[in-house]
Amino acid sequence: MRSPVIDAKDLNLIFETNDGPVQALKDVNLSIERGDFVSFIGPSGCGKTTFLRCIAALEHPTSGSLTVNGISPEEARKARSYGYVFQAAGLYPWRTIAGNVKLPLEIMGYTQADQEARVEKVLSLVDLQGFAKKFPWQLSGGMQQRASIARALAFDADILLMDEPFGALDEIVRDRLNEELLKLWATTGKTIGFVTHSIPEAVYLSTKIVVMSPRPGRITDVIESTLPKERPLDIRDSAEFLAIAHRVREGLRAGHAYD
Amino acid sequence: MKKSILPILTVLAAIVVIWYAGAVWLNSQWTYDQAARAGVEVTFSEMVSDTLTQARPVLPAPHQVAKGLWDGIAGQKITSKRSLVYHAWITFSATMAGFGLGTIAGILLAVGIVHSRAMDMSVMPWAIASQTIPILAIAPMVIVVLASLGIKGMLPKAIIAAYLSFFPVLVGMVKGLRAPDAMQLDLLRTYNASDAQGFWKLRLPASMPYLFASLKVGIAAALVGTIVAELPAGATQGLGARLLSGSYYGQTIQIWAALFGAAILAALLVLVVGVVERITLKRKGMAQ
Ligand SMILES: Nc1ncnc2c1ncn2[C@@H]1O[C@H](COP(=O)(O)OP(=O)(O)O)[C@@H](O)[C@H]1O
Ligand SMILES: [Mg+2]
Repeated sequence: MRSPVIDAKDLNLIFETNDGPVQALKDVNLSIERGDFVSFIGPSGCGKTTFLRCIAALEHPTSGSLTVNGISPEEARKARSYGYVFQAAGLYPWRTIAGNVKLPLEIMGYTQADQEARVEKVLSLVDLQGFAKKFPWQLSGGMQQRASIARALAFDADILLMDEPFGALDEIVRDRLNEELLKLWATTGKTIGFVTHSIPEAVYLSTKIVVMSPRPGRITDVIESTLPKERPLDIRDSAEFLAIAHRVREGLRAGHAYD
Repeated sequence: MKKSILPILTVLAAIVVIWYAGAVWLNSQWTYDQAARAGVEVTFSEMVSDTLTQARPVLPAPHQVAKGLWDGIAGQKITSKRSLVYHAWITFSATMAGFGLGTIAGILLAVGIVHSRAMDMSVMPWAIASQTIPILAIAPMVIVVLASLGIKGMLPKAIIAAYLSFFPVLVGMVKGLRAPDAMQLDLLRTYNASDAQGFWKLRLPASMPYLFASLKVGIAAALVGTIVAELPAGATQGLGARLLSGSYYGQTIQIWAALFGAAILAALLVLVVGVVERITLKRKGMAQ
């Protein structure tokens, strides 16, 4: 029997703020299997980022249990089990694109030859071959975000956590990157946790859609996608796609008390 | 280029005009006194021409300062004690020694402050307090005390220069080392990077623009510190000593020439730091 890659049981997280406690996560139960593409969707403040940060051991739950690859998130972080992509590309302006992708490899002590080979491989995965020697300011926003994805793919982590990676990009660029991300997921076989605000994006990408709602942040619905693994962009006009999108929208509406 | 040079020339011309008017006005008293003592009348034009050619004017005219400066720079062997180049060299070497010491101290303290909360709490207040002490007041004491301990020459001057220049470097470096935002620090945590890796790969490169900005302030402060340290009685070398001996003997032209010498030196030093900054940041891809 295979154990889940990420397993959360009765997870609670309360931030103590100056305005009193904020319950960012309430009784979250979720398990993610190897190779899943899981999207987290919900309005601002529903705890999507917080949950992702808990998985990455950047935030610590107040109660409940959470395991990543069967071990604690802290141990998983030390074992460098995941790559994390933030909303902003956050490339170092003083490093070239290749230099930026090399950053985690240098920190993790890969050999020089291995570094070169990996940089070349991941840059071609995200379609940035020719841009290795460019500096970040010479690239468009979409290309910078692709470079930051390459950086998260460069080392051998089997989990990829992405927090609204395309949130700041326009729709056309976003469509292209979504398509590329699916290809990447298919070729690398990684388990992906993906935060988004966009219903079509969530439905298009995911094998599992987690609908969340705020105050307190909690999961209101988990939808297993019935779409095939092979997904051309025009699948978004199919009846099946629209049905899933409808269910997501219903879940969001149900969780959202319009008071 | 033409556009930027015209306003500068206009301001310069205005300054020269005001300066000449000021020289005539301030020096006229002496001309009238001399005339009264000799029992002669002076016309306005005689008065003007006299005020611009006095040997010890209250305010030397621009051309007198220019001539004094030229004589001091080109009119002497540069090893001569009358050469401004000689004195500028003495001041320059003490400034560089002090600037080097101050920069190293500032950077090391900043690294300590950023990495240790205890140092942040203990060092910063003292560093700020240190700068509220008027250096003009304590420089002579420091020089005298060090001289009585047998420490003379360049070192005492360098210490005062370092005292003035470490502070801007410290403040700039603390700011620069703290420039990386939470997201960039989180990214390194996801790699399980050590503090040392975070320092060398993120904090230090991110601080470079801040470092250079404060180096420009620091090198000018080091020059001021050196000149102040050359003022106390006994110093015979350096631009500060030139200023002081000029004022002893009422050699106002010498004072002004030394002042301009110091200003030119300051401008050159800041310029050199600026060039090093441009080259470094460009090589690092941080300037376009
Ligand atoms: N470091 C923090 N300190 C205090 N409150 C926080 C912190 N991080 C997030 N929160 C609060 O927790 C809730 C969930 O935030 P977040 O996970 O960022 O939501 P989302 O990513 O879904 O927009 C919000 O109410 C937010 O204000
Ligand atoms: Mg968020």
